[in-house]
Amino acid sequence: MSDLRGERRDVPAASNHEELSKLRAAGYNVLVDLTCVDYLPQGKSPRFDVIYRLMRLDPATGDDLGRVEVHCAVDEAPVLRSAKDIWPAADWLEREVWDMFGVRFSDRPGIKRLLMYEEFVGHALRKDYPIAKRQPLIGPKSGEKADSPSFNILRPTVTGE
Amino acid sequence: MNRSQKTYMLNMGPQHPSMHGVVRLVLELEGERIVDVDAEIGYLHRAFEKHAENETWNNVVPWTDRLNYVSPLINNVGYAMAVERLAGIEVPERGQYIRVIASEISRVTDHLTCIGATAMELGSLTVFLYLIKGREFLYQLVDHLTGARITTAFTRVGGVKGDLPPDFAERFRAVAKEVRLCVAESDKLLTRNRIFMDRMEGTGKLSSADALAYGITGPFLRSTGVPYDVRRAHPYAVYDRLDFEIPVGSTGDNYDRYLCRLAEIEQSLRLIEQCLEKIPEGKHSLEPKEIKHAFEIQDAGKHGDTALLAKYAAKVDQTLEGMGKDAQPGTRTADRKVTLPAKENTYTNIEGLMNHFELVMWTWGVKIPPSETYFAVEGGNGELGFHLVSDGGDGPYRVRCRPPCLFPMGAMKKLLVGGQIADVIPTFGSINMIAGELDR
Repeated sequence: MSDLRGERRDVPAASNHEELSKLRAAGYNVLVDLTCVDYLPQGKSPRFDVIYRLMRLDPATGDDLGRVEVHCAVDEAPVLRSAKDIWPAADWLEREVWDMFGVRFSDRPGIKRLLMYEEFVGHALRKDYPIAKRQPLIGPKSGEKADSPSFNILRPTVTGE
Repeated sequence: MNRSQKTYMLNMGPQHPSMHGVVRLVLELEGERIVDVDAEIGYLHRAFEKHAENETWNNVVPWTDRLNYVSPLINNVGYAMAVERLAGIEVPERGQYIRVIASEISRVTDHLTCIGATAMELGSLTVFLYLIKGREFLYQLVDHLTGARITTAFTRVGGVKGDLPPDFAERFRAVAKEVRLCVAESDKLLTRNRIFMDRMEGTGKLSSADALAYGITGPFLRSTGVPYDVRRAHPYAVYDRLDFEIPVGSTGDNYDRYLCRLAEIEQSLRLIEQCLEKIPEGKHSLEPKEIKHAFEIQDAGKHGDTALLAKYAAKVDQTLEGMGKDAQPGTRTADRKVTLPAKENTYTNIEGLMNHFELVMWTWGVKIPPSETYFAVEGGNGELGFHLVSDGGDGPYRVRCRPPCLFPMGAMKKLLVGGQIADVIPTFGSINMIAGELDR
């Protein structure tokens, strides 16, 4: 069976964007996946391991010319730089990593959760988030407005006067 | 009325007939033209990854059914193969063939659902009924194979639940005939249909460079002309021994995606036919005189008749069909640390019983040394990957599922902006978004 992982490269978090840009220039045209692992119970420092999975795909033949796995160990600081200017696919994947792990990305202000709602407290895939934890009620019962703050997330509707 | 408003907002979903259940598109419109789009997902989030961290390796398999619930068998196979890659296990050949057969059945059901639902949303209810009829035949075949229509949980780490039923090949031939008929009928109704083509052609267009930048795989990427298929680029199981074509499109619009999926149905049926021809035997059967019903053996044991127990093999009831010794050597790995012993052994000898308990007891079970891996299969919508991390325990430390339909959903803005509001329906349909997989 062929290799779906490719070579592992450990990159310092502070220079993730430079390294990824270099790889993009070297022909890695697809960001296959971006995910994170929380090593809190194993006592690793830094705590999170953010994984970028890249592929060099030949559009003419459809052959996978090689893959690479870029690991960045991060904590609260330093902050990873967003890769969404290199691969637009990174946009949603970074939102998911922020949503689930609370890992921050710079260069993209106002990052929004991807799967959870905005009032969700905590980050669910962190190892110290208990599986049976309850969340505060939102909506009419708690006295707040029923609308999510994201109800009109696009530009304001009135554009002229 | 405020006449100065140039654009206005429209919420499509989460409860909209064409949003397949649960996804919300916030559209900014100027007349009927789309100026901006934002897709909001997560309405069907069931914390698959969090649950998986709290389960044993084998117990995650039923959860994977609920990812892409129109092609559950591919998820089962993908997850089981990822765990096997992590543990360094090789499944016997017959088991691998059975996995390929199961995956391809699921691929057909996936494509039938996608085309049928898209056609229905464009007003062609007849095609929907034809294709869902075809899918129903396949679901009945899956039911015959796994015991369930959708919640299949068919694979185990180290093999599959059971062997093919004896009449499977005949039944499949009958089903394939019906499916081909349904597809041919729908092909006649849709492919040159003026209304259908007007809605599909040139809408939801994406170039191959954009598709790659957005990480899109599967039929969507192939429709833009890139023949990338995990089954060909990284052949797993027995795909390297089988002959199949990869249909590709040229323009990357909705119509091309429809044609790609239609052509892939035929390729999948061909793959199953080849598998049924090539599948090796690899079974051995017991002598009939050695078999007694399990309850007879239990009764004998209760009467203290223990000396005779080891001489007999137990015949277990219908619900455990496929768990027998004769199915075991062909479909599962011989590694006793990973796969459950045959039910006959569990019931009739102490080694089998101990082996069984060691595998099912809490915190015992299958142990995989600390390591991490990534493995991907070709799902109905593209590369379905599993990133697994083990800390040496009896369950996964982390399971990451790479959902193939997340990536085209992330490209929604690129696909829709500049088009008409009516283009949302065919574009969204041809993506074949499955919320179970998207939201996990």
